[in-house]
Amino acid sequence: MALDTHSERRTETLEIPGSDLPRTEEMMVNMGPQHPSTHGVLRAVLTLDGERIVDVDSDVGYLHRCFEKICEQQNYPQIIPYTDRTDYLAGMTNELALVLTVEKAIGLEVPRRAQYIRTIMAELQRIHSHLIWFGTFALDMGATTPFLYSFRERETISDFFEEITGARMMYNYMRYGGVRNDITSEWVKKVQAFLKRFPENLQEYDDLFTGNPIVHARTQGIGKISAEQAIAYGASGPVLRATGVPYDIRRADPYLVYDELQFDIATASEGDVWARYQVRMQEMRQSVRMLEQLLAGVPEGEIMGKAPRIIKVPAGHYYGHVDSPRGEVGCYLVSTGERTPYRLHWRSPCFVHLQLLPLMAKGHLMADMVAIIGSIDIVMGEVDR
Amino acid sequence: MLVDWVASLYQSVQATFVAHGWPLWVLAVLTAVLKVAGVLVWILLNVLFLIWLERKISGHVQNRPGPVYTGRFGLLQTLADALKVLLKEDVIPAGADRWVFVLAPLVAFVPSVMIWVVIPFSRGVQAQDLNIGILYVAALASFTVPSLLMAGWSSDNKWSLMGALRSAAQLISYEVPLILAELGVVVLAGSLRLSDIIAAQQRSVWFLFLQPVGFVVYFIAALAESNRTPFDLPEAESELVAGFNTEYSGFRWSIFFLTEYANLLGMASLAATLFLGGWSGPFLPPFVWFVIKTYFFVFLAMWIRWTLPRIRVDQLMDLGWKFLLPVALVNLVVTGVFVVL
Repeated sequence: MALDTHSERRTETLEIPGSDLPRTEEMMVNMGPQHPSTHGVLRAVLTLDGERIVDVDSDVGYLHRCFEKICEQQNYPQIIPYTDRTDYLAGMTNELALVLTVEKAIGLEVPRRAQYIRTIMAELQRIHSHLIWFGTFALDMGATTPFLYSFRERETISDFFEEITGARMMYNYMRYGGVRNDITSEWVKKVQAFLKRFPENLQEYDDLFTGNPIVHARTQGIGKISAEQAIAYGASGPVLRATGVPYDIRRADPYLVYDELQFDIATASEGDVWARYQVRMQEMRQSVRMLEQLLAGVPEGEIMGKAPRIIKVPAGHYYGHVDSPRGEVGCYLVSTGERTPYRLHWRSPCFVHLQLLPLMAKGHLMADMVAIIGSIDIVMGEVDR
Repeated sequence: MLVDWVASLYQSVQATFVAHGWPLWVLAVLTAVLKVAGVLVWILLNVLFLIWLERKISGHVQNRPGPVYTGRFGLLQTLADALKVLLKEDVIPAGADRWVFVLAPLVAFVPSVMIWVVIPFSRGVQAQDLNIGILYVAALASFTVPSLLMAGWSSDNKWSLMGALRSAAQLISYEVPLILAELGVVVLAGSLRLSDIIAAQQRSVWFLFLQPVGFVVYFIAALAESNRTPFDLPEAESELVAGFNTEYSGFRWSIFFLTEYANLLGMASLAATLFLGGWSGPFLPPFVWFVIKTYFFVFLAMWIRWTLPRIRVDQLMDLGWKFLLPVALVNLVVTGVFVVL
């Protein structure tokens, strides 16, 4: 029943490539929740005509862990580790979204050094996350080798995180008013050394994968959306920027020290899988550029501001957002002045982008479906929360 | 020397048979059984080694050592895996068409062994020197389609079915350019017999130099015929879960696995025979040359597999029908005109 109402609601007229071809009997296939390329537990109900996709219905919720409801029972510091577990590939930026919102609500000053450290961590996290995306995207396309190359570099960044925060994925590092641990000058040197050789690694990925004609043939013109569609659906991050809209929260609504940094917003105009691929590859290069500036000028000082022992957010509605590797992560907080939030809504970019899936996939082939899911860089932990 | 020794042994055994008045057909059956056993041992040993080699090559391509714990250089890894597979439960899905499901792996495996009947390992070392050698190989190669269709259909699984349909389309499309490329060699050699083709190359040069276009077409089509990346669509893991063998497990699955490598080896040895002069070569014994040339192609196929992404099903068809087929046809016509002149 539920599936029928879904397909009725989508009434936009689509230009489906290949719709003039002869048709055969349609077949319903469950792609997922156990499938090698649905990046976790996405279940996509595909209606196929041969190998051509007639309709897609994505069924989510297999990884639902009541994140938002749990937040209503916890006091503010206790919520921080839970945010790591929404988008488990970008813990730092999730923590930031929560911490920045609460700090704005209670008017907490954050020392400069802490702000720098937060920005460094956020950008390292972006590279970290995009490397996973690159590897798994290649894997989805049937190339197994790039995955191991990108994980080699990711491993280095994981080590950096581990050295400072003690954890490789679930950091629990941000605090209201600052960060938990200070960085050392040796650590800074190590990261700088990594950044020096990382562009060569990126070049290696390009040689191995980006320039391959098979990759071009499989990504160009596939899963195309227009800028209007992307905006109408509320897309953000690389998915939006790949349609030519230069919207980046780091520029549009600067937080931390992004307004002091020199960087370009990576965009592409085609809005297809290839464009999203290029945007992410560009973003890694821009992150390197930002990190070089950040690491060169980390100011001395405290890493924690004067946060109250017990955090009580004044009654009211607050919204804070950051640009995570996947798009706009938003935290909508409703407080009644208690030690716990009255309601906390988490805006996750992947959930929004998943709604674009039928729009992107209709009329393409089964194999393209895999490339499209890969190109929106889906993390089910974040979709289901 | 070994060959001469075997030949003299055969003659003395034959003389014994004649002297005692034993029926000669017993001898014929015995030699046939021995030949089959020899071919089987050769294939199984090679496949054991090939699987290890594939893992090592993939490991080194991917910045990791590959298997290291089982035996020296991990050489016993395949044996350990085979043992594991043998000990697994034999699952036949409830909805499966039982007999077809059971038969499919055998229909796939047997032709991949039968190809070796005509492959010349060395001078005179050949199970049967058929005068229609190439035709025989081509006929056997097309047995793969029914076996995959049987596997896909009988599994009662949509992914299997899609994998099977893909493979049917793919194998039929690539058989045509494959055979046309082989025909170029046949026209040059003037014979379908594989030993004659080698002899013709010994007289002139390797057909690789006379048939460069045919060689490229053959190699691409052979990769597609043996379902290897970038043409591994029938079992495209990231798309079709595991394609036609989704529902297969344990030993039945391993027979498909075995077939894949046996086919790879068959295609490689045929390429060596048709384009690199087979067992002929200076200094080293002929058999060593044959192995070197075969493994050169095997390595090439593995190298490609671990480097390239997979192409899409419609692009695969386009490549087969719109590019390889015309190129192979033109190549054949040019070769024919050249030979007549």
